[in-house]
Amino acid sequence: MCEDIFEIGGVKLNSRLFTGTGKYGDDSVIPDVCEASGSQVITVALRRMDLESATGNVMDFIPKHMQLLPNTSGARTAEEAVRIARLARAMGCGDWIKIEVISDNKYLLPDGYETAKATEILAKEGFVVFPYVNADLYVAQSLVNAGAAAVMPLGAPIGTNRGLKTREMVRILIEEIDLPIIVDAGIGRPSEACEAMEMGADACLVNTAIATASDPLMMAKAFGRAVKAGREAYLSGPGATKVHADASSPLTGFLGGE
Amino acid sequence: MVVVLNGKEVNVTEGMTILALLESKDVSPQVVVVERNGDIVPGENFGTTSLNDGDHLEVLRFVGGG
Amino acid sequence: MSKVSFYSVLAEYASVPLDEQFAAVTAEDVRRSLNKMTPTIEDFMNFMSPAAVPLLEEMAQKASRLTAQNFGRAIQLFTPLYLSNFCSNHCVYCGFNCKNKIPRDQLSLEQLEVEAKAIADTGLKHLLILTGEAPAKAGVDYLEDCMGVLRNHFPSVSIEVFAMDQDEYARLVATGADGLTMFQETYNEELYATLHPKGPKKDYRYRLDAPERGCKAGMRVVTIGALLGLGDWHRDAFFTGMHAAYLMHKYPEVDISVSPPRMRPHAGEYQPASIADDRDLVQYMLALRLFLPRLGITVSTRESAEFREHILPLGVTKMSAGVTTAVGGHTQEHDQVGQFEIADTRSVDEMCDMLRRCGYQPIFKDWEPIELQAKASA
Repeated sequence: MCEDIFEIGGVKLNSRLFTGTGKYGDDSVIPDVCEASGSQVITVALRRMDLESATGNVMDFIPKHMQLLPNTSGARTAEEAVRIARLARAMGCGDWIKIEVISDNKYLLPDGYETAKATEILAKEGFVVFPYVNADLYVAQSLVNAGAAAVMPLGAPIGTNRGLKTREMVRILIEEIDLPIIVDAGIGRPSEACEAMEMGADACLVNTAIATASDPLMMAKAFGRAVKAGREAYLSGPGATKVHADASSPLTGFLGGE
Repeated sequence: MVVVLNGKEVNVTEGMTILALLESKDVSPQVVVVERNGDIVPGENFGTTSLNDGDHLEVLRFVGGG
Repeated sequence: MSKVSFYSVLAEYASVPLDEQFAAVTAEDVRRSLNKMTPTIEDFMNFMSPAAVPLLEEMAQKASRLTAQNFGRAIQLFTPLYLSNFCSNHCVYCGFNCKNKIPRDQLSLEQLEVEAKAIADTGLKHLLILTGEAPAKAGVDYLEDCMGVLRNHFPSVSIEVFAMDQDEYARLVATGADGLTMFQETYNEELYATLHPKGPKKDYRYRLDAPERGCKAGMRVVTIGALLGLGDWHRDAFFTGMHAAYLMHKYPEVDISVSPPRMRPHAGEYQPASIADDRDLVQYMLALRLFLPRLGITVSTRESAEFREHILPLGVTKMSAGVTTAVGGHTQEHDQVGQFEIADTRSVDEMCDMLRRCGYQPIFKDWEPIELQAKASA
C-alpha cells in the first residue's frame, strides 16, 4: 500500500494528527509528545512577553522539524485576527496561521463571519489560512471563496473533550466542501479522532486531551495510532453487510420474471 | 522620555533603539516580534529604530496554545 | 472558484473503458454501495451495472424510503404546452425534424391565452412550454411575449426550448420563467454529430453547457436528461447521473431534476440503437435515487399509465398529466401531429384519482413568486 501523504500549504505531511502546546502542566514534555504521536504540525499562540520575570520559552520545546501553526487566539474581531496573524508571521516561522476569532467567553465558540473576513484579507497577503469555525456549510463555503487552505470545524466546544457532537454537520462538510477538513476542538478520546478520520476528515487537531491526560506521552501515542487507524479504515472502505430483502418483491415484482 | 511598553509606562533614555531596550530587559531579539505605534518593526531594524517620546510598543512572543 | 465545465469533466472519461468497468462490478460491490450513507459516482456505476439487476428489490426498498423521506408521498403535476413546432434542425429522431412534412403551427398570443386558460382551468399551476428551434419566428422575443401571457395563469413556468446564452436565459427569468429543461439527447459526442447533422442544435458543447448557463442565469429548477435509446443507454444514463451530480455540487441553490425519456414511435421512423426495457428504466431511476437522494425525477407520458403507476414508490417526484404534444393541442380540434406518441392519455382529474388511490397526494402548486423584475404586459 503506498504511503498516505497529506499535502497542504505546500508541505507534505506523514501524519494527520496536529497537536497543540496549550494547557501543559510541564512544557518540557512537548518534544516527547511530538515524537510519540508522530505529529508534524503544532500550534502556538502569540502573547505579550512578560518583561518583569524570566519565564521559559515554549519555542525551546518545539522540535525543529515541526511545522508551526500559530493561532490568533485572543482576537475578537477580524481586524484583531489580521493584526495577530501579521505579527505571528513577522516572527519568521512561516506563513501558516490558524484563525480563531472568539468573542464568546462562555463556550469559546468561533465567530464564522469575522473568521471569513479575516481569511479573505490574510489569504490575499499570502498566508496559508486554517480557519477554526463551527461546522456550518455556508460558513465553510464562504471560507472556500475567501481562499482558505482548509476548514477546521469544531467537534465540540474547546476544552470540553465531548467528542464529535457535530458529526452530522462535519460529514456534510466532508461531502460538499472542496477543501481539506480538519476537525479541531472537542476531541477527547482517541476513538473520537478515529471516528473523524473514518468519516473522511483529512486530519484532526488535538490539544487538551493530550496535554491534560494523566500520562500525556501514552495518550499522544494512542492518538497517533487512532488517527492512523481511522485513516486506513477510510481508505480501505467499509465491508458489505447483507441487506435482507423479503421473499416477495413488493416494489419490483411488476417487472416480471428474472 | 516615556514610552508605553506592553501597556506600562517606562522611562527610557533619549534615542534608545528597540534593540537596546530589549537588551536592557534581558530579552533576546530572536524570540520576539515588536509592534511600534501599530506597525510591525522588522527584526533587522531593531538596532536602527530609535524610540520617540510617547511611542506605544508591543513586544510579543509565541506561547503555548491550542 | 473552479473554471471547470462539464465538458472537461466528460473529457476525462473519454478513455475510460466504461463497458469493462460495468462488467467488472460484483454483487458484493453493489451491496457495499447500498450500505453507504453518501454514495459516490463509483457507487452510481455499481447501481447501474448488470450485477445490480438481481438486487433490484433491495435497491427499490432503500430508494423508496429515501424518496418518502426527501419528498414525502407526493407527486407534483405539470403539463407541456407546445407553443410552436417550426424548426430549423434536422434531428434524425424527432417528429419535428425540419425535413418532416407535417403541418407547422405557432400560437399567437391570443391563441396562447385560450390554451393557457384551458390548462389553468384543470387546476394545474406548473407549466412546461416547448418550441422547436426557429429563432426568427419563435425566438427569445416571442418567448418573452408568451411569458407575459403565461405568468398571469401560472406561478411556475419551465422552458424546454433551443439552447440559448446566459443573458437570454436571464431575460426569461426576469419575465417569470423559473425552470429550464434541457435534454442533451446523448452524451456521446460522435453519435450526437450524426444525430444532429444540420441546424443550430448541431453544436454539442453549446447544448452541454446550457443547463449550467441556466443555473447561472437564475433558473430555480433545472431538469436534464438523455433520450434513452439513441445510443448505448447505459452510458447516457451514467453520464446523466454525473451531470446531475456536477450541477448539484456546483449550484447547490438550484433544484436539479432528471427526466429519463425512452424513445417512442413518431413521424420520422428513427429506430433506437439500444432498447431500455422496463427493468432497465427502473434500474436507472433507482440508481439515480440512491446516488442523489434529493434529485427530482420526472416521468413523462412517453411511459404508459400502468408503468407510471408501478413506479410511484420508486423515486419519481414529478409527472405530467392531461398531455398533448401538438401545438394548440389542449384546445384546438384540427389534426395536429405531436412530437411523440403519448402512452398515457389520462386527464388531470384521472391522474389525481389514480394518485390518491395509490396513497399519493397530487401537488398542483409548489411555488409562488414574490415579485417579478419585468412589468406584466397589458
